[in-house]
Amino acid sequence: MMIEARGLVRTFKTKRGPVQAVQGVDLNVADGEIVGFLGPNGAGKTTTMRMLATLIKPTSGTATVAGCDLAKDPVGVRRRIGYVPQSGSTLPEAIAGDEVVDHARLYGVDKKRAIADGRRLFEELDLPGLWRRQCKTLSGGQRRRLDIVMGLIHDPKLIFLDEPTTGLDPQARANLWEHIRGLRERGATIFLTTHYLDEADALCDRILVIDHGRIVAAGKPEELKQQVSGDGVRLSLGDAENAPAVTKIVEELPGAVAVETDGDVVGFRIPKGGSVLPSLLRTIDAQGIELNGVEVHRPTLDDVFLTMTGRSLRDDSETPAEAQKEAAA
Amino acid sequence: MTVQTLTPTHRPGSVLRETWIVFNRAMRLSLRNPMWSILMLSQPLMYLFLFGPLLKPITAQISQGATTNAYQVFIPGLIVQLGMFGAMFVGFGLIAEYRAGVIEADRVTPASRIALMAGRVLRDVVVLVVQSILLLVVSIPMGLRAPWDGVLLSLVIVALLGATFASLSYSVALITKSEDALAPLLNGIAMPLLLLSGILLPMQIGPTWLQRLSDISPLKHVVNGVRALFRGDIGSSASLWGLFWVVLLTVIGLAVGARTFRKESA
Repeated sequence: MMIEARGLVRTFKTKRGPVQAVQGVDLNVADGEIVGFLGPNGAGKTTTMRMLATLIKPTSGTATVAGCDLAKDPVGVRRRIGYVPQSGSTLPEAIAGDEVVDHARLYGVDKKRAIADGRRLFEELDLPGLWRRQCKTLSGGQRRRLDIVMGLIHDPKLIFLDEPTTGLDPQARANLWEHIRGLRERGATIFLTTHYLDEADALCDRILVIDHGRIVAAGKPEELKQQVSGDGVRLSLGDAENAPAVTKIVEELPGAVAVETDGDVVGFRIPKGGSVLPSLLRTIDAQGIELNGVEVHRPTLDDVFLTMTGRSLRDDSETPAEAQKEAAA
Repeated sequence: MTVQTLTPTHRPGSVLRETWIVFNRAMRLSLRNPMWSILMLSQPLMYLFLFGPLLKPITAQISQGATTNAYQVFIPGLIVQLGMFGAMFVGFGLIAEYRAGVIEADRVTPASRIALMAGRVLRDVVVLVVQSILLLVVSIPMGLRAPWDGVLLSLVIVALLGATFASLSYSVALITKSEDALAPLLNGIAMPLLLLSGILLPMQIGPTWLQRLSDISPLKHVVNGVRALFRGDIGSSASLWGLFWVVLLTVIGLAVGARTFRKESA
């Protein structure tokens, strides 16, 4: 097991009294997994990650990270992990290659090897010819990949990525996802935080959904989606008069929930929507009701989040207290 | 699971090595952008050229007969001022590094927290000593005469003073993490320190109440010590007190700095 955490709690002192940013998190990450920590801003993602990366001490709880005990051997943890912070890790005025080499040397890597490894990583992460450039002259995506080079330079077994694609344009994001997938092929385990649903969905083997400092759901993206909401189905009738009859048919379907009528459209959710559809359509047809269209959509992680927390991730509305928590972190 | 080597409390050798790495990085950055160091030197130079000559006719009076060389009185004040102010504002640079995520990136490495501070402080000390030497060299044609051993010892004092103020500045920078908090704080401290330390004129020429008030400032004793050294009174009580105070300040400054860098939330 690459990460094993039990009962992690972190309390911050604020002017308005103590705030519990993380309220008892248990988690396991196996070797070679890409695990995503999904939650809105202020949910406790970054705080949890910073605890696991030895940057802040847990108020209580224990963890073993990359084989070392977090409390007893933080230096051992540091040797074995790479951490790519949200804020970046290089000075704008500094030369990219210099920052990488100095960073490597703080891990005890000798200069020659640091240069060789650094240059190779620049190639691998698609930063050719940028070794002697000032960091501030790089684009957002390049700067982010440079941060990843910094995090990888000592060849860590476990890599923490905090909001890796925040602030990048869609193309740069897709490109970075490719690189993150590539890291796994090097044999690394990846633990990342994100508040983007598509990112968690596209990148992660397993997702931990966190809200208000607690993990509210965990599993493979597909499992989470299936277990929580079922598929969404929308039937367009063309004639609103038929809506009550269709609603009645739908309500009799086993497993159908959240049946709603909006004009000539009847919508509902049902597990495995694709497989119940044929018989449903036959039933409707048998009653002589005509359909204009049928739509089935797979549940999204947003549906999961909505079901688990009663809130949509997309609102992304922070309360001031939560913003303060994150700032204190 | 593989057997882990038992942990790495830091060997002294590795702390020195890490300090050297951090120092090198900081020095390289300072050399790439020397504007700041040049600006910091321009202030004492202006004092030297535009204020120093005013002291010439009253040297005997303000030094109470100890010397007739105006620059023996004035240059010690200027290099102490350089040591203090040059180092006092280095915290701004650290806040810039913090914002860029560099401090965080440093802190996830296994490097000793002390080395992360010491390397930066060492860079500041080197910059200050070079600035002081430049200032001294420029003062010679202006009329400065002073014994070399006293001057050398004075440079050591400037270095220690620089280390003190640099660590304190880094400490406050890491705690506040905000230029907006750091600027008024530093200015609030700098002004009374400057006025009460007899940097521009010796406090001995002031009224008794002001002299007593200035006794509170350890820097006054440091300036007096450096003035004694510039006169060649190396074994005098003034120079010994000056050395005593600067060593004490250095111990306190470095201890505070080290403590802040070790603290988890720093």
